Amino acid sequence: MANLFTLFISAVLINNVILSQFLGVCPFLGVSKNKSSAIGMGAAVTFVIFGASILTYGLYKLVLEPNSLEYMDLLSFILIIASFVQFVEMFIKKFSPALYKSLGIYLPLITTNCAVLGVALDNIKQGFTFPEMLVYSLGIPIGFTLVLYIFSTIRERLDAADTPVSFKGNPIALIVAALMALAFSGFAGLV
Amino acid sequence: MNRKENFTAGFIRENPVFGLYLGCCSTLAITTSLNNAIGMGVSVIIVLILSNVIISMMRKIIPDEIRIPVYIVVIAALVKSIELLIKAYASSIDAALGLFLPLIVVNCIILGRAEAFASKNGVLDSALDGLGMGLGYTCALVVMSLIRQVIATGLINFTNPFTNQLIFEVRLIPESFTISMFGSPTGAFLTFAVLAAALTAYKNAQAAKAAKKEAK
Repeated sequence: MANLFTLFISAVLINNVILSQFLGVCPFLGVSKNKSSAIGMGAAVTFVIFGASILTYGLYKLVLEPNSLEYMDLLSFILIIASFVQFVEMFIKKFSPALYKSLGIYLPLITTNCAVLGVALDNIKQGFTFPEMLVYSLGIPIGFTLVLYIFSTIRERLDAADTPVSFKGNPIALIVAALMALAFSGFAGLV
Repeated sequence: MNRKENFTAGFIRENPVFGLYLGCCSTLAITTSLNNAIGMGVSVIIVLILSNVIISMMRKIIPDEIRIPVYIVVIAALVKSIELLIKAYASSIDAALGLFLPLIVVNCIILGRAEAFASKNGVLDSALDGLGMGLGYTCALVVMSLIRQVIATGLINFTNPFTNQLIFEVRLIPESFTISMFGSPTGAFLTFAVLAAALTAYKNAQAAKAAKKEAK
């Protein structure tokens, strides 16, 4: 139990997906312009990572490994993730058109969000057991949502700030990300 | 646009990394040393050329509705082959790049070029486009890794990935003056931000020059 808790904390804060593993930086720069879309994106990513991790882990342990087809992992994982994202997209479109509108183009882009495939591959590579896999693939997207939210609140203020012309937009956002990475590296001694 | 312009666009003006913010995840993560940057760059060039060629050959027989899944399958198969080859012949690159080698699959540059270029153009043009964009990506990786490696360790070195033999090593900054922070995530974001701003400044200057010419 203590082990699982440590794993969760390190997945959320220490090995944060964006700031220390650099996965999912594209949506991080793209959708972080206001708070509500940051939360929407975070929720969608959490759902997709959690669901896709269970599916890919099950597929790997139950189908690929017993048949020694491990080399098919990349191909089958990416197909599972793509169809799962499609499913989530149709679901959100039907139940919350407002959320669908605000997430816009970034929803189909979750497919190519490296965090999803990254977590699915990481689960296998690190040899997690089933409960560890569940905790890890929940902690990672929670860390993602947390950083995305903090970042979007900073960015809303950044719009009003007087930044040099060539730093406007993404470059200054990356500077902010650098400072956040510095702050988050302080968590390293936690576990 | 003619062939040459197409080929060179990827280097500065439309640099996929600093100009279009494509494939920034791997750029931030693996640019801690020149070796990693070149290993990653070469893998991406190979995948990009092959995927562009294959997709451009198949562009007439792929139904429009399912083109994206088809592209993804082609790319995933290529990446897995490259990954297995690297694991077998250059395991030091595999160890250094880790997760980011299979993650080439979701590198937006590759899918982006398949969708934007290879699906509309002939085989030769697509191969050239793949080479140009891949070299642009590699340039970005090399520049960033040089800055980070020199500031963080003071050294530039390059080892042969197949034999692990050190080819050259130069110390540019004395050890006591290095800033190790540049090897960490913070330094990655900082270097990226400054380079992206530099490219924007360059583009703005070019645009201003063009506007002045027109006014005359």
